[in-house]
Amino acid sequence: MRQEKNNIFAGIDWILVFFYLILVGFGWLNILAASQNDEYIDIFDFNTKYGKQLLWILLCYPIMIFVLFFNSKFYERFASIFYLIAIFSLVLIFPLGKEINGAKAWFSFGSMSLQPAEFVKAFTALAIAKLVSDRQYNLSLIKNQIKAFTVIFLPAILIVLQPDPGSALIYLAFFLVLNREGLTLNYIIFGAASITLFISTIFWGTHTIFICLFSLITVIVLYLIYKGGKRLLRFSWHKILISYFGIGMFIYGTGFVYENVFKQHHRDRFEVLLGLKVDTKDIGYNSYQSELTISSGGLTGKGFLNGDITKGNFVPEQHTDYIFSTVGEEWGFLGSSLVIILFMLMIARIIYLSETHTNKFGRIYGYGVASILFFHVTVNIGMVIGLLPTVGIPLPFFSYGGSSLWGFTILLFIFIRLDAHKKYDW
Amino acid sequence: MQRSFLLYFFISFIGIFFIGRLFQLQILKGIDFDPVHNAAVKIEYDYPERGYIYDRNGRLLVANQLSYDVMVQPNQVKSIDTIELCKLLKINKEDFIKRFQKAENYATYLPSVFLKQLAKDDFAFLQEKLHKFSGFYIQKRVIRDYPLNAAANVLGYIGEVNEEKVRTNDDYEQGELEGKEGVEREYEKILRGRKGKKYYNRNRFNKVTGSYKNGQMDTLPESGKDLTLTIDIELQIYAQQLMNGKRGGIVAIEPSSGEILALVTSPSYDPNMLVGRDRSKNSLILMDAKNPEKPTYDRALLAAYPPGSPFKMMNALVGLQENAINTETSFRCYGGYRYGGKASDFMRCHCGIYDSPIALKTAIARSCNSYFSNTYKKIIEKKSKANESLDIWNKHVTSFGLGSYLGYDLPSGSPGLIPDGAYYDSRYKYRWSASTTISNAIGQGEILTTPIQLANFTAAIANKGYFYTPHIVKKIARKPINNPNYTIKKQTTIKREYFEPVIEAMHEVFKTGTGRWSQVKGIEICGKTGTSENFIRINGYKQQLPDHSILVAFAPKENPKIALAVFVENGGFGSTIAAPITSLMIEKYLNRYISEENKLRESNMLNLSLQNIYNYYRPKNREVASRKE
Repeated sequence: MRQEKNNIFAGIDWILVFFYLILVGFGWLNILAASQNDEYIDIFDFNTKYGKQLLWILLCYPIMIFVLFFNSKFYERFASIFYLIAIFSLVLIFPLGKEINGAKAWFSFGSMSLQPAEFVKAFTALAIAKLVSDRQYNLSLIKNQIKAFTVIFLPAILIVLQPDPGSALIYLAFFLVLNREGLTLNYIIFGAASITLFISTIFWGTHTIFICLFSLITVIVLYLIYKGGKRLLRFSWHKILISYFGIGMFIYGTGFVYENVFKQHHRDRFEVLLGLKVDTKDIGYNSYQSELTISSGGLTGKGFLNGDITKGNFVPEQHTDYIFSTVGEEWGFLGSSLVIILFMLMIARIIYLSETHTNKFGRIYGYGVASILFFHVTVNIGMVIGLLPTVGIPLPFFSYGGSSLWGFTILLFIFIRLDAHKKYDW
Repeated sequence: MQRSFLLYFFISFIGIFFIGRLFQLQILKGIDFDPVHNAAVKIEYDYPERGYIYDRNGRLLVANQLSYDVMVQPNQVKSIDTIELCKLLKINKEDFIKRFQKAENYATYLPSVFLKQLAKDDFAFLQEKLHKFSGFYIQKRVIRDYPLNAAANVLGYIGEVNEEKVRTNDDYEQGELEGKEGVEREYEKILRGRKGKKYYNRNRFNKVTGSYKNGQMDTLPESGKDLTLTIDIELQIYAQQLMNGKRGGIVAIEPSSGEILALVTSPSYDPNMLVGRDRSKNSLILMDAKNPEKPTYDRALLAAYPPGSPFKMMNALVGLQENAINTETSFRCYGGYRYGGKASDFMRCHCGIYDSPIALKTAIARSCNSYFSNTYKKIIEKKSKANESLDIWNKHVTSFGLGSYLGYDLPSGSPGLIPDGAYYDSRYKYRWSASTTISNAIGQGEILTTPIQLANFTAAIANKGYFYTPHIVKKIARKPINNPNYTIKKQTTIKREYFEPVIEAMHEVFKTGTGRWSQVKGIEICGKTGTSENFIRINGYKQQLPDHSILVAFAPKENPKIALAVFVENGGFGSTIAAPITSLMIEKYLNRYISEENKLRESNMLNLSLQNIYNYYRPKNREVASRKE
């Protein structure tokens, strides 16, 4: 084994760092646009949103150095400890946390608040990497699958209880990681099918879907029987009956859950998104205004600091979850497409680097980072451009907020550390 | 297959999909797709005046007056002198903070009402000073003005549009007014008109920089249209006075057109109570669910009562049409009608003619229960199965508009109940006969009708077999209505010739029968009194309340001008209260004055109050009474 060099920057993938710096910098410019008032701009005025964010960004540098300072073996060895600390912090929230916007998700230190959920993602990724990279570990065994699911869902459940279901949703990203490491694709297909069925049930109504789906399946089954007889299908009657029954239960269960378990504001969000309900003033206001703001940007945008809808503060939460609408207005189609391309290239780069790892731990962690970023970007931008329902999660590196910025910085730079070390991993 | 492809695939798919969506939003739709919600476009509204409402003789019932609201848009409020503003608005600081928070909770970026309906003097003073307080401004509004204290139940009222409608309907903004009840609600679109819109570009300092797209999209206000009602306001007021101290409903209809001349519910309220600063206080009192008087409950349209004896004419008509009886058929009455074997299965009769044959004319004039029980039995036993016969009976009855909403142009109503074969089949499990349902013969039992249904039924008799759907609006913008629903006559299933004997009998009622004490000299009134039993159930005990006093009538006998139904709750015999009220209304409408000889009758009715009875039967006392049993 070759000795690691003392220089902590040796072997670092500068392309990834470059992506990171571009996104953070461009993000800050948009926060500046979204939170400035007209009179004057003083970027070092730490009472303003953009001033504070600049402070958080500057504080990222010591964090980066700190993360890069440790040997990559350190992260592998202490992954479980990190995970336990993370879980412990989420539990501590309940007695000690501060409630903001209806969720008890924050630790408050004087004037500053920290949201542990933003950091737990990185540590969960470490824990999953540690668990799955074990030589004895085989994901095709149900027992091992349950272990992995426990590691994923324990923090997710704690976050749901805060309650912050949006942030908890992100933990589904780990299924992509597990899939890469040999988990059967059936879980993802089953999940995607359920979601599709759920949405179409709401959209077309319980009975319509029920009748359509059943006639479709019946036709297919009859066709297969006619074509190939029993042997081709290798079916048994009870399997078919169980699947019929299961789908029926699911469809009617959906109706029941939707009417009885969901709250009115959840239903409203779905219905506005699916166009079942016209609403441009209240619940639909956010999405409608953000769509309108983006549309008004046109091809090239209105220019930096010239977005008049942004300035009129017409989009609520524009500096946090709806920051992408500022990009759309001031930088237009070109700017906002570029941001999407940057994000996707960055994620692709992480996957590419992960695949070159010979150490299983590094590869799995890299997949975790890529999946988390991918989920965040998809859910956030999808919401802002009116394709997905309103889920309050930040856009990585862009959105205002120290916790989220630092959480993603730690997440990314641990990977950069592991990646820099891979040459020595023989 | 390499497993990393899945994630690469997802990334490219989502990336392309999102960029496609951006292309759709930013390139295809572009900025102009919705100026209404574009923050860089300012819209100014030009509110038209709401239409006036007149009665059938051109008397003004509803006009407009101006009112001024202070509005606030919280995100435009900069540092202001709160104390000075509080002084100007004449509110204290806590109130100010409360109101401001309410506005902020609604939406910081939208205007909402801060203080409603300023006094006129305050307005003049405030207007000069208000420019100092950015974010606050005055909105002129038009509210209603009622010159007469009458017909509140017909006119309805206007109120602030609810949030659901603001959200889903772009014609309404928060704080605007819409019709909530009565004519105001039914004819909202016509009365309201359409507000004009002017679009302006505005810059980021919220200054208007010019008209948007050179005013291409601007619209002019379309003023609301005036309505002329079919109501005769003098008759309406007179009827309201007659109903003082009594509960119930009166509906008067012109048979030749279906126009509603008076639609009275009692107790009612002064429409001016729901205008101005005391509005919310008053509306709490009026709409209090615990108030036993229920002044906003329109008894003329909503209250379903057992019709009692007037329903006997219905059975007579069905009997004649179905050939169960003819005008010469007679039955004997022995002080009542025995419909079963038990001692209690006996329906008493008050006609006072013992053991001598009674024919149709006398039976109606003296309201003989036995005669109509026999008739009903014959109708129901016509076919071998009772439910088939009852279905035929039901078809005839419902052709008079009973048992349905009628389709008049007011927003509230009740269908009442006219049972059919299936109704009793499910209730009595197919084991029923004419005797089981004998109460239908005299308009008791399951049958329920509203005053307007009964007035319409009377109008159909007056017309000898047809009616026009009752309606309340005569002209829109001074042009007669042409809605075919109200201008085409509806035929009943009874032949014209069968009405003649029934009308003769009804005439007899006021000449020699139960209504003979309420004659008016020179006017040939045809009518029928009714006294309907009614019960209430408390703690499982069925308890009988004093009878409702009912009367239906039309006049004059030839070319009837008015048909009406009068219900007085718990008023006793039809001949003692409902009959004099009816005759006074007919005299008032036809002669325009009350003759000297009937003045005593008038003052008796004006001063009669049933309040003692209502007080005795208030829920509290009823509980005590039922416990004693």
